[in-house]
Amino acid sequence: MELLSGADMIARFLKDEGVERIYGYPGGAALHIYDALFRQDSVQHILVRHEQAATHAADGYARASGKPGVVLVTSGPGATNAVTGIATAYMDSIPMVVLCGQVASHLIGEDAFQETDIVGVTRPVVKHSFSIRHPSEIPEVLKKAFYLAATGRPGPVVVDIPKDMTAPTERYEYVYPKKVKIRSYNPVTRGHTGQIKKAVDMMLKARRPVFYTGGGIVTGGASEALTDLVQRLGFPITTTLMGIGAYPQTDNQSLGWLGMHGSYEANMAMHHADLIIAIGARFDDRVTNNTSKFCPTAKIVHVDIDPSSISKTVRADVPIVGAAGSVINEMISLVQGREAASPEALAEWWQSIDGWRAEREGKLYEPSKSGEALKPQEVIEAVHRVTRGEAFVTTDVGQHQMFAAQYYKFAKPNRFITSGGLGTMGFGFPAAMGVKLGYPQDDVVCFTGEGSFQMMMQELSTCKQFEVGVKIVNLNNQSLGMVRQWQDLNYKSRHAHSYMESLPDFAKLIEAYGFTAITVRTHEELAPALERAFADTNELVFLDIYVDPFEHVYPMQVPLGSMRDMLLSKTERT
Amino acid sequence: MRHIISILLENEPGALSRVVGLFSQRNFNIETLNVAPTEDPSLSRLTVTTVGDDRVIEQITKHLNKLVDVVKLVDLTEGNHIERELMLVKVKALGAARDEVKRTADIFRAQVVDVTPSVYTVQITGDGGKLDAFIQAMAPIGILEVARTGVSGIARGDKLLSL
Repeated sequence: MELLSGADMIARFLKDEGVERIYGYPGGAALHIYDALFRQDSVQHILVRHEQAATHAADGYARASGKPGVVLVTSGPGATNAVTGIATAYMDSIPMVVLCGQVASHLIGEDAFQETDIVGVTRPVVKHSFSIRHPSEIPEVLKKAFYLAATGRPGPVVVDIPKDMTAPTERYEYVYPKKVKIRSYNPVTRGHTGQIKKAVDMMLKARRPVFYTGGGIVTGGASEALTDLVQRLGFPITTTLMGIGAYPQTDNQSLGWLGMHGSYEANMAMHHADLIIAIGARFDDRVTNNTSKFCPTAKIVHVDIDPSSISKTVRADVPIVGAAGSVINEMISLVQGREAASPEALAEWWQSIDGWRAEREGKLYEPSKSGEALKPQEVIEAVHRVTRGEAFVTTDVGQHQMFAAQYYKFAKPNRFITSGGLGTMGFGFPAAMGVKLGYPQDDVVCFTGEGSFQMMMQELSTCKQFEVGVKIVNLNNQSLGMVRQWQDLNYKSRHAHSYMESLPDFAKLIEAYGFTAITVRTHEELAPALERAFADTNELVFLDIYVDPFEHVYPMQVPLGSMRDMLLSKTERT
Repeated sequence: MRHIISILLENEPGALSRVVGLFSQRNFNIETLNVAPTEDPSLSRLTVTTVGDDRVIEQITKHLNKLVDVVKLVDLTEGNHIERELMLVKVKALGAARDEVKRTADIFRAQVVDVTPSVYTVQITGDGGKLDAFIQAMAPIGILEVARTGVSGIARGDKLLSL
């Protein structure tokens, strides 16, 4: 029997749970825990420079690895600073465990120094939360937290730990709980066989089918199974922003991603489909546009692990509650040896799709000519080339995010790391940090903009301390590009506060931290700058790339329209 | 349509706030709410009445089921059920009104449970409609205070909401 203090239990539990790295920031209520971390060397602690960055870094790591990201913060402001990151993870269903220090039990409710009801504050943006009420329950509660975070529809779990629970003088028996059971929590795994059969019958009879798959494929590790199923059937597939890479975008059956800034062919195919097979996607408003005009001729099969996602915004004809991987594998076994009712219809469907593709071929954007400002799109394409399409890519939020999603073609899942649901500016850089720490051999690129980068740029200091060699590609258009695009389209180009005046000299700023910065202002400078930047995988390089400030992201769905109602450029629309 | 949803909830701190928070967070309605521990001290039973079309009610039950603290739930209005609410009403009882209050209470099978020279406190149980009717009947006499428990309910017959 081993007697440990609550603080030592936490450190020990993290080791036993296989956690290699946590992200955090110390403070009064968490000091016993920090002392326990100091006295061990199994778990590495990454000291961030702002708690929001700790959550984004843990989140980035979780998205890349599929394992829960772990955060440790102190009470009060430490915990409230983490809230944006927790909400970001919640919206995208990312497994995360956030350990928050809390004032001592006897002070709770007295408005003590650095006291916040963090369980209350985070309630709408967590999968679940716990408050520790006795040190002896720490191992079990932590096990429950990890179990909840990573199973079913994943999500963040907050554990609130009053300071007296970790007091070094109070020791209790520690046993690592290998398993834990929660009577009210039994996430489904297998889907209903009858429903799956029905769906497969519809799939084989469909004349204009489309797969529409989301983040559930990535978090569910179902990418290989999905690719197998889609290729057996020969159907087109489009993914959500969160599902990018779940099916190789380099393959001909991939239509790219769909929705507000999705590809023309993906949105057209959705609109004209007679069957939509949605898996691990949630019919988000950025996908469906106006739900009353959504896919008017389609029947909908909807597979999701979360029953509340089914028929939430769009009614499913065949709802299937189950884990993506298991349901897809069952579909594969049912498809085996059977043929589509009408291969001719499918061939005709592909003809229509190829027609849509041809319509936009070469018209997506106009590349810059010598002497002109670079187009953001061509920067993304150039980065794709220099990284051979194999980098982990994180983004912030805005135009650069959409361009990265559109022009970096992903062949693998878990590689495109972006705040899709919450749309959190400031996410990209710390997320890249978390990915790079987990995958030191890989190129990790953060596409960002001057607006987003300035929200989390203090993390340069963290990168310096822990030698984190991420590549930061700042698409500098001297404005909040997406805000300004909306102002151009909806507010007669009245650019209310979407400008970025008084920008720092980014190169000097980066150099102040001892890193390399390269400023790119012309077409000719781009290729050599990228060669230099990516020469050493482990060197942090900041590319300040000046791009055309007037560029818009297209296609762009027309508000209140159907999937196919899109602006295709500043002068064309469907 | 009005629905009565009964929930077996882990009797844990914060569990109730998760249920209540869900309703405001998702823009669902709560008309009444009633909660107390059951014969099993680890479980509370919570009954909520809410209004919404089938789609909304489906979302409400799905989201409630998703809460880790929710062990089991039933929409009582899907089947035959018994619905009860208890109400305590303080009524002005002076002069002729004293008899009138007593008579009306008798008609409603309510009981006068506390008496002062000027006030009767009446206890009445029934479904929401009956309680509303009693309030209407008493209104001309002068209602001073109303305390309602909110609806509690149980399915008729062998159907159980238990572990």
